[in-house]
Amino acid sequence: MYRYDEFDHDFVKARVAEFSDQVQRRLAGEITEDQFRPLRLMNGVYLQLHAYMLRIAVPYGTLNSRQLRMLGHIARKYDKGYGHFTTRQNIQFNWPALSDIPAILADLASVEMHAIQTSGNCIRNVTADHFAGAAADEVADPRPYAEILRQWSSVHPEFSYLPRKFKIAVTGAERDRAAIQTHDIGLHLKKNAAGELGFAVYVGGGQGRTPMVAKKIRDFLPEADLLSYCTAILRVYNLNGRRDNKYKARIKILVHETGVEEIASQIEAEWEALKDAGLRLPESDIHAIEAYFAPPALTDRPEGDAAVKRDRLDSRSFSEWLDQNVVTHRHPDYAAVTISLKGIGEAPGDATASQMEAVADIAEKYAFDELRVSHEQNLILPHVARADLRVVYDALVEIDLATANSNLISDIIACPGLDYCSLATARSIPVAQEISRRFASLERQREIGELKLKISGCINACGHHHVGHIGILGVEKKGSELYQVTLGGSADENTSVGEIIGPGFSSEEITNAIEQIVETYLGLRLGPSERFIDAYRRVGPAPFKEALYAGEAKAA
Amino acid sequence: MKVLTANRLGDGEVVWYANGAWAETIEAADTVADKAGEERLEAIGAKAAADNLVVDVNLIDVTIVAGIVEPVRLREKIRAAGPTNRNDLGKQARPQTAKAA
Ligand code: HEM
Ligand code: SF4
Repeated sequence: MYRYDEFDHDFVKARVAEFSDQVQRRLAGEITEDQFRPLRLMNGVYLQLHAYMLRIAVPYGTLNSRQLRMLGHIARKYDKGYGHFTTRQNIQFNWPALSDIPAILADLASVEMHAIQTSGNCIRNVTADHFAGAAADEVADPRPYAEILRQWSSVHPEFSYLPRKFKIAVTGAERDRAAIQTHDIGLHLKKNAAGELGFAVYVGGGQGRTPMVAKKIRDFLPEADLLSYCTAILRVYNLNGRRDNKYKARIKILVHETGVEEIASQIEAEWEALKDAGLRLPESDIHAIEAYFAPPALTDRPEGDAAVKRDRLDSRSFSEWLDQNVVTHRHPDYAAVTISLKGIGEAPGDATASQMEAVADIAEKYAFDELRVSHEQNLILPHVARADLRVVYDALVEIDLATANSNLISDIIACPGLDYCSLATARSIPVAQEISRRFASLERQREIGELKLKISGCINACGHHHVGHIGILGVEKKGSELYQVTLGGSADENTSVGEIIGPGFSSEEITNAIEQIVETYLGLRLGPSERFIDAYRRVGPAPFKEALYAGEAKAA
Repeated sequence: MKVLTANRLGDGEVVWYANGAWAETIEAADTVADKAGEERLEAIGAKAAADNLVVDVNLIDVTIVAGIVEPVRLREKIRAAGPTNRNDLGKQARPQTAKAA
């Protein structure tokens, strides 16, 4: 993985010193909250319902065990023993004292981490496919490009005060696991007919109050032109983005209002003018960064086949975990493992300090020291020998992280909601917990099959509800929580925004409503291989509306 | 009826204005029921913010339930108690608050 060079170390150290000084001056009353707020936000410090909140970037979701151990240490020493992994491959701590944040940032810097640009109207943490470097279906590892983008966008003088926040995601596979079409810029790394690497470029995706699917503006951008082309996109946006209205300030609105063809031609014109002006990526630079992401030396471990066969017979729960949470690796003797942070009835994405430390130990022993945070709020061990799967599983069982529910209905994305977030209009975590408990039976979940359920506690959509097969949005109505349900959303290569199915449900009703939707699907699907999303796309909302509301209409 | 609430500057702790100081629990918060009272609390809040004691100062609606001050909105109930999914966290986890509840 990427290691800081001297420049990076000095930069992060200087920032820690600068922000520590700003915190000291704030605590001493030398600067006001109005002066301090933009400074703290630039360093990932929010004020939430109960306390300050610190958001730490996990660049493109990649961590080593030393870093995860440090996150565990921070959780234990400065927080309340846990942290929350988010859909943007970040981690949030919910209870740090402002006066402790300089020490936390110094600890983070010691393991090459920081919280810079995790807030504010700048280019945020660049996210990537969590199976990058391991996936059998990728043409190349997207992370070197994410790292190049990160270096380019860190305190970029021209792009530090954009009209609004800006999010970039990269995938290297046809199957999109990074939800690139819901980002301001989505990059799909691919090969052209000549075997050269380049990107399909999407712009103007986003969620929030106005969800939009990104539009493809280029089918193949040579890799060398990555930075010049992104610069062109950001220039057009920086100049023309709606600074007059916060709710219309994202690039998605500009793309929508300007029209795809017009915006694409503006970007192309801008690019023509700057593409030869020094931003071309020399091959040697790309290779230098790529070298950091060189895959671990995966020695052949052919004994894995027999071991897995034997252990499957020996333990049904291990076998189910293999089916659900273990995916094919590009090396046949290896696998990528999803560590579910969605234990039945648990808060999605939360992990305790001891769990983080134990997972770090497992990664160090059995996974070449590599870990990932997925946008689905799980942890990933990208490279595990199949021969070691059983020991890894047993170790995960010991720390309650072996729930075999990846991609099933209880693998819920949920934002912090009203239990923590000052912008929330309703709670999301307890809704996730209740649904998870209702569908606790793994047998039932597997019978239902792949189902992506996503919950947000307000219209900002941090919990991706717009792109959930089933999405739940919590709002406040007449002083109570009300949950609106959308169906048919999806965040993969066929991204779609879900449709509101009808009037919302109270917190007492919502789990029943979800169950009814699931039962309706089970009744109408063509067979177990027709996933919820496929069935919904085939039949549309009518049968679900009927099941949810017909009785009510009659009763009324 | 209203009370004055904020977060303490140094550690972010949720506090309410009570008896001339900022208390960590809501029970004893000063309540006001008229415009003059609200203005008095607002002035206190503005001064405390200017003095860098607290941030995010707000007047919030409360009612008295069985002699105890209780926020009206769910958001403020959660601030006064802690996350609803973890009763081991926040004010609700403290022995004296647990007893009162
Ligand atoms: C708790 C403090 C948080 C605050 C104050 C906050 C604020 C916001 C706001 C205002 C938006 C809307 C942006 C827009 O429409 O222009 C947004 C969107 C979003 N946030 Fe958060 N958020 C928080 C936590 C989170 C968490 C925990 C996650 C990950 C689980 C997250 C991930 C996202 C995502 C994915 C979006 C939608 C994508 C987009 O930007 O269009 N946020 N957030
Ligand atoms: S969706 Fe709303 S409630 Fe949830 S984290 Fe985002 S801003 Fe907070």
